[in-house]
Amino acid sequence: MKTASKPPAALPPAAVGVPEVPRSAGRRTGGPWRRRLADQSRAYAFLIGGLLCFALFSWYPAIRAVVIAFQKYTPGSGGEWVGTANFTRVFHDPEFTAAWRNTLTFTLLALLIGFAVPFVMALVLNELRHAKAFFRVVVYLPVMIPPVVSALLWKWFYDPGAGLANETLRFLHLPTSNWSNGADTALVSLVIVATWANLGGTVLIYLAALQSIPGELYEAAELDGANILQRVRHVTIPQTRFIILMLMLLQIIATMQVFTEPFVITGGGPEDKTVTVLYLIYKYAFLYNDFGGACALSVMLLVLLGAFSALYLRLTRSEGDDA
Amino acid sequence: MSTRTLLSPLALARPRGRAVYWTVFSGVVVLFALAFLFPVYWMVTGAMKSPDEVTRTPPTLVPDHWHLSGYTDAWDLMDLPTHLWNTVVQATGAWLLQLVFCTAAAYALSKLKPAFGKLILGGILATLMVPAQALVVPKYLTAADLPVLHTSLLNSPLGIWLPAVANAFNLYLLKRFFDQIPRDVLEAAEIDGAGRLRTLWSIVLPMSRPVLGVVSIFALVAVWQDFLWPLMVFSDTDKQPISVALVQLSQNIQLTVLIAAMVIASIPMVVMFLLFQRHIIAGISAGSTKG
Repeated sequence: MKTASKPPAALPPAAVGVPEVPRSAGRRTGGPWRRRLADQSRAYAFLIGGLLCFALFSWYPAIRAVVIAFQKYTPGSGGEWVGTANFTRVFHDPEFTAAWRNTLTFTLLALLIGFAVPFVMALVLNELRHAKAFFRVVVYLPVMIPPVVSALLWKWFYDPGAGLANETLRFLHLPTSNWSNGADTALVSLVIVATWANLGGTVLIYLAALQSIPGELYEAAELDGANILQRVRHVTIPQTRFIILMLMLLQIIATMQVFTEPFVITGGGPEDKTVTVLYLIYKYAFLYNDFGGACALSVMLLVLLGAFSALYLRLTRSEGDDA
Repeated sequence: MSTRTLLSPLALARPRGRAVYWTVFSGVVVLFALAFLFPVYWMVTGAMKSPDEVTRTPPTLVPDHWHLSGYTDAWDLMDLPTHLWNTVVQATGAWLLQLVFCTAAAYALSKLKPAFGKLILGGILATLMVPAQALVVPKYLTAADLPVLHTSLLNSPLGIWLPAVANAFNLYLLKRFFDQIPRDVLEAAEIDGAGRLRTLWSIVLPMSRPVLGVVSIFALVAVWQDFLWPLMVFSDTDKQPISVALVQLSQNIQLTVLIAAMVIASIPMVVMFLLFQRHIIAGISAGSTKG
């Protein structure tokens, strides 16, 4: 399938390279050096707009994060070197530990719920023979609702007064909860929001992966006397292992950067129970005007997430080479 | 024709299998309706209740009286036309600039062999490893005071547009698509006397419709859904996109009006999804398995 662009095998090897040389010779005048310069300037004319944007808004900020992390920085008047003072100050902030603890707990909970729920959903959906399009649209609908709206919507659901969450519990004669207002329940409440808002994409990806499993494997397992759970364990999970791992890594990277839900729903509270690392970065920059501290925190987050991203890219690359 | 899945067609054909299947099927329909559709229903109807009714316990499933005043009040009081227009301007501009600059750059990297092309592509792909949100603060400082030019992009749509162009994912998608276009096609065009721009415009782009569609949807959704970056860029209330304005105004506004505004803010993306759902769902499913 992929060999379509290769030259036909019958062609003698010498002939393959030949068309390259006279390609433009007939059309342009001037020496090869001038021609190459003209080609290059044309190529860079196409490249320059994108290149400038990457330089300004990706490469330069990455370098700057590291530089400012070691500076006392005042917008307008520049920075002065302070060594590792930003890092020590940030380390001694009691919110620092809380932010990392909350972020890691959030990621872990989101992984537990955010992995199991969509996987089971996809498993069940894949067995249903009717209304397939309906299920796909419905499960993806929350993903298309702006995250800010999802957050505000759930903030209203979690309202201790007339919120839907407690009304439902009362209707079922179950004890009510403080949800996002309770010290013990706040973080879990936010994980529920994030899972509700994002699982549609994961379900669709799992569904696609499940559909690529050859049916013979299930038949063979069934002939060997494997029941449904055994088939899931010995056929489905090994066959989708790679996608599962990929989505887990992507989810870790995404949830470690959680900001909208705590910012909109809890404001980091109660106390510091839902302050996340990105929220703390935001506070350092825009509440404390401490850009050095914000960049020191950014660098820490960058290093950790960069490691996960590198792992992700490595895995996708090597898989691509195998195929 | 259906392929064999976890359950065998035989097991499903038996009476007991059929009974179990339809039980599970109805269960899933109810569960999905409750989990994903009911919250949306609650939001749309909540905005139509009176301020007293919306805070009543136990709540009413259907509004006693259907008021549209929540929606009209939201439209006027929260100045939604301004914020919706701001969002449209920001999203459209980011989309167009991404199409122009990412396509041109991807075409150059794929077909024009620029010097240091490998290095540039490596630098672009490396930004995929750097999570965008972790860099918002230095990005903000850069936008607030551009190097050399010393102008500020804050409170200007350019503050959304230009950083949006630095989208490694979309650029890489385009480049990989262009890589698959055989050289012969482009060389034929060149022999016919078409310049580089002409080749891009009348040969490459028409062949790239599917990937341009995917990139367009990604670009529009990304800007419409973004929150943290526009929150930093727009301190002027009348320049803010709808997502930022909703949060800023949510504190001092009546609940029904806020809910109505939330519904209005969701409509454009939901409508786009319903219109293009086949393409969007196929795109997500295909993109994942091909990596």
